[in-house]
Amino acid sequence: MVHPDLLRGLTTGGLRTQWPYAEGFLGERGVELPEAPVVPLADCCDEALLADLAAFLTEMEAFLSGEEETVGAITILGGRDKRGEPEPVRELVVSKGDVVCIVGPTGSGKSRLLADIEWVARGDTPTGRRVLVDGREGDERWRAGGDRKLVAQLSQNMNFVIDMGVGDFLALHAESRRADDIPAKVDRIWQEANALAGEPFALDTPVTSLSGGQSRALMIADTAVLSHSPVVLIDEIENAGIDRRKALEVLVGQDKIVLMATHDPILALMGDRRVVIGGGAMRAVVEPSDAERANLVELRALDARLMELRGRLRRGERLDVI
Amino acid sequence: MRFVTVSGPPSSGKTAVILKTIAHVRQDGPHGPGLRVGVVKFDCLSTQDDETYARHGLPVRKGLSGALCPDHYFVSNVEECVQWGRGEGLDVLVSESAGLCNRCSPYIRDVLAVCVIDNLSGIDTPQKIGPMLKSADIVVITKGDVVSQAEREVFAARVRRVNPKARILHVNGVTGQGSFEFASLWREGQEVDTVEGRRLRFSMPAALCSYCLGETRIGAQYQLGNVRKIDLGTAGANLEVDADRQRGAPLSGGQGA
Repeated sequence: MVHPDLLRGLTTGGLRTQWPYAEGFLGERGVELPEAPVVPLADCCDEALLADLAAFLTEMEAFLSGEEETVGAITILGGRDKRGEPEPVRELVVSKGDVVCIVGPTGSGKSRLLADIEWVARGDTPTGRRVLVDGREGDERWRAGGDRKLVAQLSQNMNFVIDMGVGDFLALHAESRRADDIPAKVDRIWQEANALAGEPFALDTPVTSLSGGQSRALMIADTAVLSHSPVVLIDEIENAGIDRRKALEVLVGQDKIVLMATHDPILALMGDRRVVIGGGAMRAVVEPSDAERANLVELRALDARLMELRGRLRRGERLDVI
Repeated sequence: MRFVTVSGPPSSGKTAVILKTIAHVRQDGPHGPGLRVGVVKFDCLSTQDDETYARHGLPVRKGLSGALCPDHYFVSNVEECVQWGRGEGLDVLVSESAGLCNRCSPYIRDVLAVCVIDNLSGIDTPQKIGPMLKSADIVVITKGDVVSQAEREVFAARVRRVNPKARILHVNGVTGQGSFEFASLWREGQEVDTVEGRRLRFSMPAALCSYCLGETRIGAQYQLGNVRKIDLGTAGANLEVDADRQRGAPLSGGQGA
């Protein structure tokens, strides 16, 4: 923790020695430090700027100390449903590499569950749920909205408004995550995304002209490679233009905790468990049965068949015989 | 009474976010019994937001600055608004004002300050907004449902660069996602009985030139008072205003709203 009082007592030279990157931050705020090393910092910056600088340095120190939090598991302790009755599922533990699917009709409380996880609820949300991180009560910093977000959320909408090529955009994102070796990361995301998407795209393709499937593929690869967040919440991976099995593998391969709202039978059966939501509460936790797992083979065959027909249509063929 | 000052660029979703949030604040919940909330809406020329608030059963007043600098208008009326809120028996008073020239902010020291900014405004916008974003306690980012996760993260990182101290929240003004969490922070604000004698977090613009007084003609002979010239690479001009602004000093030339 860097305190503003400490900075106030420092000289320009002292600041440069201790935090070489501080000057860049001040430069962005339009403050050029004098060359001379003995100028008191308090003469160059006002109180508000010193406070901002202290907050920035604190965050940078935390980041550089490499305390890359590895979260092993999150625990959701049941609260109450919409009528105030106790939630039937009292405890749900989801560990690294797990894929838990969330099923339930619109308005049943799926979004609230995902929001409780994101806010690391402490009995202070409408459901009264508690979310524990590695068995401990959620830490305030998970809520601060900075780099240390517990959850990366892949929403159904994956539109881009930014006018930039894929490569430049990924580099910008990597930079904002303060990633090292940015070119290699950009390349890896791009390759993973192309492996997921049916139709390849180039590094200089503008992000705004990607198809729905390509956008989803790009965001899944991007989340897997760049996100520090240990938990990934996915709101349905749509069928079109993306290899859903590989998409899950990419995320799970990065040791993420994956929660996915879906009604797609293939995805639901690929999950390790599925949570049934109704009336604002977790009603049951279901593990796929052997029969269900066996049916997955059949469902995949059906899916492949549909994909093939789709391909034929795309090539201009007729579907008189299928 | 708690006082929450909300500002942000036009169309960033301030009213929608405030309404969704008030719905939680008024309700009994895990944080305590429901609170009585009222709103003062500040705008320049016209607004229908007061009717929107009234439709939701909220005590509301509006102030239109008209020909005056909207920020000067805000600060000259804020104490009266606080007293109105107390007279109405409010537990929470919200002021909503648009940041019109990005030069100012309506934030008062020790009064909860919220900036609402949206994901669609472009990633360079946080750099441009100035004190409204820079000196806020909470930054609410809206319209997250229409952009990708990566774009949300890039945008939030840009906000963080400008204001490393603020708490950043993603709130959706349409679905209300995040508004419950935002509402819980309103209850942490300080009690305010008066803002008399308090200070703004950032000084208002020095705007004392002939145009403030109604001059409409263009030309050097009509420019009196606090006037500064743009540096077009020709002789004489000087634009070291950014460094001054960092020190919180009033502008040396006219750059009013």
